[in-house]
Amino acid sequence: MNIKHLLAAVAALAVAGGAIAAGADLGQTAQQATNWTAIAMFAIFVGATLFITKWAASKTKTAADFYTAGGGITGFQNGLAIAGDYMSAASFLGISGLVFANGFDGLIFSIGWLVGWPIITFLMAERLRNLGKFTFADVASYRFSQTPVRIFAASSSLVVVVFYMIAQMVGAGQLIKVLFGLEYMYAEILVGSIMMMYVLFGGMTATTWVQIIKACMLLFGASFMAFSVLMQFGFSPEALFAKAVEVHSKHDAIMAPGALIKDPISAISVGMALMFGTAGLPHILMRFFTVPNAKEARKSVAWATTWIGYFYILTFIIGFGAITNLIQNPAEFYVGGEIAGGLKGGGNMAAVHLAKAVGGDLFLGFISAVAFATILAVVAGLTLSGASAVSHDLYASVIKKGQASSDAELRVSKITTICLGILAVVLGIAFEKQNVAYMVMLAFVIACSGNFPVLFMSVLWKNCTTRGAVVGGFTGLILAVVLTIGSASVWEAVMHNPKGSAWFPYNSAAIFSMTAAFVTIWLVSILDNSAQAKKERALYPAQQLRSETGLGAAGASGH
Amino acid sequence: MQNVLDRVTANPKFLEFVAMRSRYSIIMTILGAVAYYGFILLVAFDPKFLAQKIGSGVTTLGVPLGIGVIVFTIILTWIYVRRANSEFDSINEALIKEAQK
Repeated sequence: MNIKHLLAAVAALAVAGGAIAAGADLGQTAQQATNWTAIAMFAIFVGATLFITKWAASKTKTAADFYTAGGGITGFQNGLAIAGDYMSAASFLGISGLVFANGFDGLIFSIGWLVGWPIITFLMAERLRNLGKFTFADVASYRFSQTPVRIFAASSSLVVVVFYMIAQMVGAGQLIKVLFGLEYMYAEILVGSIMMMYVLFGGMTATTWVQIIKACMLLFGASFMAFSVLMQFGFSPEALFAKAVEVHSKHDAIMAPGALIKDPISAISVGMALMFGTAGLPHILMRFFTVPNAKEARKSVAWATTWIGYFYILTFIIGFGAITNLIQNPAEFYVGGEIAGGLKGGGNMAAVHLAKAVGGDLFLGFISAVAFATILAVVAGLTLSGASAVSHDLYASVIKKGQASSDAELRVSKITTICLGILAVVLGIAFEKQNVAYMVMLAFVIACSGNFPVLFMSVLWKNCTTRGAVVGGFTGLILAVVLTIGSASVWEAVMHNPKGSAWFPYNSAAIFSMTAAFVTIWLVSILDNSAQAKKERALYPAQQLRSETGLGAAGASGH
Repeated sequence: MQNVLDRVTANPKFLEFVAMRSRYSIIMTILGAVAYYGFILLVAFDPKFLAQKIGSGVTTLGVPLGIGVIVFTIILTWIYVRRANSEFDSINEALIKEAQK
């Protein structure tokens, strides 16, 4: 399997679809028998979270409550919520499925998903908190002219949110067909409407708590599975690996790097997208405004990094546990009772089957409910960040020039939430039979080529100007989209051009589009000698002071 | 407020502090990036190195190294956050207090 196939596969997994781990696209999963235990568990989760939403609704009165829970979330809670946003059903099912199929290669990928976090911690977290209020555009446009920067930030955020969301919605539909035996259409409507209730009534408070509960459930479930697997082998990883090597068809090869990286440019480019894209995802950046100060913002990333890292170590053990538990029992877990028939429900289902093997039907129901809850919570976070881009950046800042009342702004966010919810359902249904494998990767590439360079340069480089930021940001954004269209995963797999005709030879555009964005911002800024540019440069010391010291930063109550 | 701003910005200790902290952030960023890209480049150019078996068992060197990169990332993050939340924040506060006098 070469890197193109593997990346396509991983991206497919990354959307939590019913993809087959080895090289196929999302695929159409077969609807399974209705699983009542899972449905009951899920109903309990939804009931509990709607109860929280009701409580959160009583606290959500102003736009600040809606966007940032009034800034009253602690660093530890926020860390869990960020981890929840990041540990999608994708990471859980996808990476454990990848380990199940290829062993060690799965670990390489999970490391990639973690490395963005130190960057956020060391370079962004406290500056974001000190400069921002509701959206990352607050930070990027701090000393710039509001209209163009906000228009850029809102468009870029919406593009990222929509791609990420389509991937999640399609994944949700496929997953629910397998786990709950529900029809695709109902699954979409269910996710769309429950998610809208969280965001609409409970705003950021409810979305954060849903995310925290889900993160705890997921961490508990994954810990239990890893613990059970290790217990089977007397807590000796060596014994676990030895058994896996014995039963896996690839034997020794599962303990060594496979053919994951053949083309170093693609490897570095994918690495860049993951590393810097994380620092440009609007629904993650938004979470830094829910804590009271920079100290808590730093603590939140440290906790988030800890939980995410811990979780990836667990998925590695779970993947190996699936190898030792499932392969020897084809009658129960494989189609037609034969290894050749493939895993029931596809390669992504390795962790789910393992849940049954170690914990019986009850635990299977629990893990299925967690997987569904995960998608629901991630889509809610995305919708909230999309809604704030429209209501705070476009409506309040661009259209009303900062003169909108909190009530009016809140109304616009709620209307946008409804529109985004309906859009998510419609797109989820429209893309049901499409290959959406590239969409999560595209969201990361756009985030690292549009949002991240603009944010980074505006905060850390004094000579950056509005013109530079906007021209450079759009350059990165457009290049990211165009080059991705030209790569094999879209040009051949989605647009059905003949194999080998893709004119962009790499898997990820990041290395080119991100570099182009930085160079353009730099070049346009140094060539910009307008009066506006001079004024913006003169404002840098004040911005630097606030970003470095927090002096004058929006406080928890002062939002 | 403007006075405080001017006085903090004019204080050479502030610029020194900002420069020191930025240097620290950049060093930590480079450490994180070296660990990650070091691992990826090993995978790309010397997979045999990672495929070496440790002792007589089946566990390869790649497993502890890979898990090590994850653990290293977490530890690096905490080291930074600890220092920033204690030492840096107190210098920061002292600078602001000095200017408010």
